[in-house]
Amino acid sequence: MKISIFPYSAFVIPFLVGVLLLLAICTYKYIHWISQFDEAQRTIIRHNWFSWKTIPALWEMFREGLVHFRILRKNIVLGIMHQSFALGWALLIVVGAIQSNRTIACFNHEQSIEQLNTLIEQDGWYSFDKDRRYLLTKRVTYDEAGHKIHLKYHRPFYAAIFYNYFIHKEPAMFKHSKQYADLMDGILLYIFLGLTLAFAKRIWSKSVGMRRTTSHNLFDRLAKLSLWLIFPLRLLSESITASMYQNGGFLTNAIGSLFNPDISGHLEWASWLCYSLALLVFFFSMPFTRYMHIFTELLLIWFRKIGVKESEQPTGYTKFELNACSRCGVCIQGCPLDKDLNNHRIQPVYLIRGLRNHNRPAKMSIIADNCLMCERCVEDCPVGIDISAIRRMTRNKGKLDSSGNYSYLTTPKPFNAIGRVVFFGGCMSHLTPGIPEAMMRIFEAAGQKYWYMDRDRSICCGRPLRQQGFRNQADDLKKKNTEMIINSGATMLVTSCPICYRSFKDEYDLGIPVMHHTEYIDILIRKGRISVGRDSRRVSYHDPCELGRGCGIYDQPRSVLNAVTTLQKTRNQREKSICCGFNMGNTVLSIEEQTTIRNDALRNLTERPVDAIATACPMCKKAFLHSTNEYPVQDIAEIVAANLIK
Amino acid sequence: MPEFGFSIKKPRSENLDVTAKAKYEELARRVPSFKRCFQCGCCSATCSARQFTDYNIRRLHTMFRRGNTEGLAEELRKCMLCGKCVLVCPRGVNLRQLIINMRKMLEEEKK
Repeated sequence: MKISIFPYSAFVIPFLVGVLLLLAICTYKYIHWISQFDEAQRTIIRHNWFSWKTIPALWEMFREGLVHFRILRKNIVLGIMHQSFALGWALLIVVGAIQSNRTIACFNHEQSIEQLNTLIEQDGWYSFDKDRRYLLTKRVTYDEAGHKIHLKYHRPFYAAIFYNYFIHKEPAMFKHSKQYADLMDGILLYIFLGLTLAFAKRIWSKSVGMRRTTSHNLFDRLAKLSLWLIFPLRLLSESITASMYQNGGFLTNAIGSLFNPDISGHLEWASWLCYSLALLVFFFSMPFTRYMHIFTELLLIWFRKIGVKESEQPTGYTKFELNACSRCGVCIQGCPLDKDLNNHRIQPVYLIRGLRNHNRPAKMSIIADNCLMCERCVEDCPVGIDISAIRRMTRNKGKLDSSGNYSYLTTPKPFNAIGRVVFFGGCMSHLTPGIPEAMMRIFEAAGQKYWYMDRDRSICCGRPLRQQGFRNQADDLKKKNTEMIINSGATMLVTSCPICYRSFKDEYDLGIPVMHHTEYIDILIRKGRISVGRDSRRVSYHDPCELGRGCGIYDQPRSVLNAVTTLQKTRNQREKSICCGFNMGNTVLSIEEQTTIRNDALRNLTERPVDAIATACPMCKKAFLHSTNEYPVQDIAEIVAANLIK
Repeated sequence: MPEFGFSIKKPRSENLDVTAKAKYEELARRVPSFKRCFQCGCCSATCSARQFTDYNIRRLHTMFRRGNTEGLAEELRKCMLCGKCVLVCPRGVNLRQLIINMRKMLEEEKK
């Protein structure tokens, strides 16, 4: 005779419903989004979905999805909080599954007749005790060898979640059962650590090193409440069960000893039901709230790692990015608009939430337009969402963005610049003539023939237009510039403006090396093509947003400055550099607001005693020039040119 | 470069009492700094587009101010949004915001 034994109690139904809903909704959404990928993105997925790129992708999924390495490095307290929820919960499931697996395997192996003798029949159902914890289906199949009774224990997947309710006494064969129980309690304690931190963050965000937390909407708050309830309810339920059967790990047993076993008997089922209901509420709210990031982030990492990139128009990949945002609020911390202007309504977290919730375009444009595009948030984002691309899409001017506006830009007879370096000053350099002048002196000192492309008339590189959502217009300018540069036959492009530099590097396809002048000067000095003397001044360096965070050029300017002057470190440098406030990305800020941000950047640069301020961007130079008579503000090219040894 | 020299323009008169002042007020609401403009023309002097063609941003925003928007949308499309005018402006007028908003308003009008 064979008896199948199923751990079952009615309270698992809410949990099962929750899991089913979650799976169904997520699968539907993911398939829907993947179908919206554009052709280029699909090709990349087809080519790379299983390649050598998969291994680093899996590694990063583990590292960022569970361990939260990136947040840990930025803010250890916040990192532990996120880690305890993600890793803790995952461990709870994995260890729980192993534990229940072992127990049930042992039960099946033991086949103790005593077990069978303790069966109680009640209303036609069977149970080991009167609480009806097991649903027994009696399939009477006599085997040929005789009439031996065979017990078959089943392990439905919820057995790992509600393990303590179903198993009161582990089989003797399961040797480390006590250690497993302690381990599970330890993991639960670890989650409670995160829960405490999360609570502290809500009450007083500075306690976890955040100036401000995200202000969530009602749905997010409800989902958060259900998440916060899950673990205390689990602890309560397990403790109550432990008090009835004198089992459990170090934590549940200790808490259980506080309960009166008689009362526990009445409360037990209800508390397990509450635990199950909390899971249902959380699972159901997950796809519609910020907790959608849990699975989406993993998929996003995988897509990104195999090479999928954000396109210029919203695609399915954008949907993945929008949904991968956990609204953690890390982007608010560094934002100069929040720090200096107290504007905490426009940060990526709100932009992304607005887009996800399909807010009105008028409301979205207020959020999307007011941003410096300094990319401090991109640098900080623990999920690595391409916020600038999303913002550009949101700023898309639609009908206003018409091509064919620049027919007046007649391209002159192609200049023969074969073997020369093209020097592109950029629009802003026309307002800081010292920079192109210095560059020309450096070119001459190095004996390098050059062509100053925009000496008389400058065509904009197109990036300012692109940042404001005029993609077609930007493409028109790109076409003009590309034509001029390629027709000239030049071998290299050097530009003084980081905005143009990023544009030429990322958006153009020129087929020749593109350098910012700091890179170029660094090479000239290293190769000994120019020799420079030393300047006795102490200089602090301002990292322009587009050059530093935008293109990752941090070392070359420093190496040049170290060769010529004494470089003074500043508190917020490199990735943490503060925008000068005049970044082309913003058209909304008034001059007074820009000045406030600039003063903050200036304070950072002059905290330690310095004799001059160096920068590598005409825009930043102009911004600081307006503000200070106390310190000379110079571009790196100008400092080098002044110290050239003939 | 546009040719310099003297020419006689057709006489033109505008009755400021009948021109739609509301348009200027709406623009000034959207771009508050525009109220500070004293029409010095620095923006036009530095303009990148101006180096190539007869594009005069001071003329254009003055036309808008007076409610004379004929052919303005077409002309404003020539702007490259490079932002030199904003940096040069002695009154701190946010010209990029101004141009984008003029274009938006002209587009809205069309509908």
